[in-house]
Amino acid sequence: MTVELRELRRSFGGTVALDGLSLTIEQGELIAFLGPSGCGKTTALRCVAGFERPDTGAVFIDGADVTRVPANRRDAGMVFQSYSLFPNLNVRDNVAFGLRVRRRSADERHSRAAELLELVGLGGFGERYPHQLSGGQQQRVALARALALQPKVLLLDEPLSALDAKVRVNLREEIRRLQLELGITTIFVTHDQEEALSVADRVAVLKSGRLEQVAPPAEVYDRPATPFVAEFVGTMNHLPGRVSGETVEVFGQTLPLDGTAPGAEVDVLVRPEAVRVTPSGDGRGFILASSFRGSIARLRVQLDGGGEVLADVPGHEAVRLAPGLKVDVTLVERPVLTAPRTAVAAPVEPVG
Amino acid sequence: MAGLTNSRRRGGGAGWLAAAPLLVVTLIAFGIPTVVLVVGAFSVKGGGFGFENLSATMREPYLGALWNSVTLSAVVAILGAVLGAFLAQAVLTSRSGLLREAVLTASGVLANFGGVPLAFIWIATLGNSGVVTAALGLGSGVLYNFWGLALVYLYFSVPLMVLVIAPALDGLKPQWREAALNNGASTWQFWRHVGIPVLGPALLGGAVLLFGGAFAAYATAAAMVGASVPLVTLQIADALTGNVLIGYENIALALSLDMIVIALLVMAVYLPLQKRSSRWLA
Repeated sequence: MTVELRELRRSFGGTVALDGLSLTIEQGELIAFLGPSGCGKTTALRCVAGFERPDTGAVFIDGADVTRVPANRRDAGMVFQSYSLFPNLNVRDNVAFGLRVRRRSADERHSRAAELLELVGLGGFGERYPHQLSGGQQQRVALARALALQPKVLLLDEPLSALDAKVRVNLREEIRRLQLELGITTIFVTHDQEEALSVADRVAVLKSGRLEQVAPPAEVYDRPATPFVAEFVGTMNHLPGRVSGETVEVFGQTLPLDGTAPGAEVDVLVRPEAVRVTPSGDGRGFILASSFRGSIARLRVQLDGGGEVLADVPGHEAVRLAPGLKVDVTLVERPVLTAPRTAVAAPVEPVG
Repeated sequence: MAGLTNSRRRGGGAGWLAAAPLLVVTLIAFGIPTVVLVVGAFSVKGGGFGFENLSATMREPYLGALWNSVTLSAVVAILGAVLGAFLAQAVLTSRSGLLREAVLTASGVLANFGGVPLAFIWIATLGNSGVVTAALGLGSGVLYNFWGLALVYLYFSVPLMVLVIAPALDGLKPQWREAALNNGASTWQFWRHVGIPVLGPALLGGAVLLFGGAFAAYATAAAMVGASVPLVTLQIADALTGNVLIGYENIALALSLDMIVIALLVMAVYLPLQKRSSRWLA
């Protein structure tokens, strides 16, 4: 089942949440809506669910215009950010709720609930009540409930944001496994770029109700379409550069430009992993701080001319490249994006 | 380990000491009167103990008064709970902060309105010579009967229900409604399967409170209907003051004991449900 958002516009008072959003989600695809708070990602999802009606534009599910179809006739299963299980029903009845309101027999309800609870790894939890479950277990039940009616589309509204880190990673992998197993078209809303990049077939980055870029995760990361995407997804250094034709001069190196430059004096956008740091007594800076992260270590290098740059080095280099060490900084030779000049070298940390 | 046990023991002692003022007040305000009441209720004429007084309360005219009080309280509790819940829901979902504040503030004032002033307001409005009675030509006797009394009791019971149920309605998460709709439920099905069961104990709690308020009310009824609508509180007052017959004080205490038993029975239904509801709405 495909989902198409066509020129969606939605305002709340004077605030524009969606500003002409158009996007097609293919059959069996998991697309992540990624963006900062207020970018319109949840509003877009709620338009698909039927909880919001766009001011203009239309939502199509499998070719049918559902813009005016009430939420309870949309055929879209949804998992909410906060645990939204019905507290007065046990796990089995929560999962079978949709079947109950459709007046299916008790046998059918119970067998379907048992089947789905097995699918989400909670077989044997049917008699428990929501308050007897952990957050991760509750979201698994919510997922089972969303799938109970075999919906055409699965909508996930920041389903992992209330969970702790380890549970979050496990559950997002579980969600991906289930989505692939069932082949269900899925929209996953998140503000966590790592989450989006790790589970999605494509990532749609939104800003101020508009689509900035929609592409596979690797492309969004390696070839961001706009400076906003470059800064929002992953960490990005802003290094002062001077454009010359199809190249840009930065740190004494000449690198090819990716796209067009906004002027002669620009910020060159460089990922920390594209920055090389080597010990050098007469280097251009010194290591200000080192943050060990297992497989890598992130160094904050203070440049002699002012400003800082972040560099990722292999984790085992962390001991050798200790704070205070004089170092030289070079950039990996590959096409770079540029943005209008803002400041002297300054890294931008990701939001998510 | 022994040290820990000792410190716990000391902590427990300190805890009881801190609660001592409350316990003393409880003993004076509730404990002693209850003992006096129970002893009096079982004391029979000529000395000794027996069930004579309690048996008397199960016969006319006391049984009728008891029945009237229970019926009136039940009517006020059910109507007050339903009207109060609807009013609170309407106000909370109106999205008008001003309306919400105005209604809750007014409810706070009206819920504490009672006694003779309340009776006077209604007599002046709907009594035989009341403003509205005269304006609409309603004739006499509109107010001075069972349903008139129920109307007056609802005047403070509905606002009380609004105050009691508003926090529970606030605790009803919008996501539950959306999740129900997402699962194909209609608005009615949401209320039937989720909303009302979740709110049920809070609704019942509010109804119990209204029942108690109406069951124990005295001054308004005394000022309004006197003996024309026999109520247990009026019977108790008459028996205690010797208004009708002298020497029936212990029957008054037995009637009070009946009231306590009825209140305990109502509470016995409510408390377990309330415990479950507080877990859901936490």
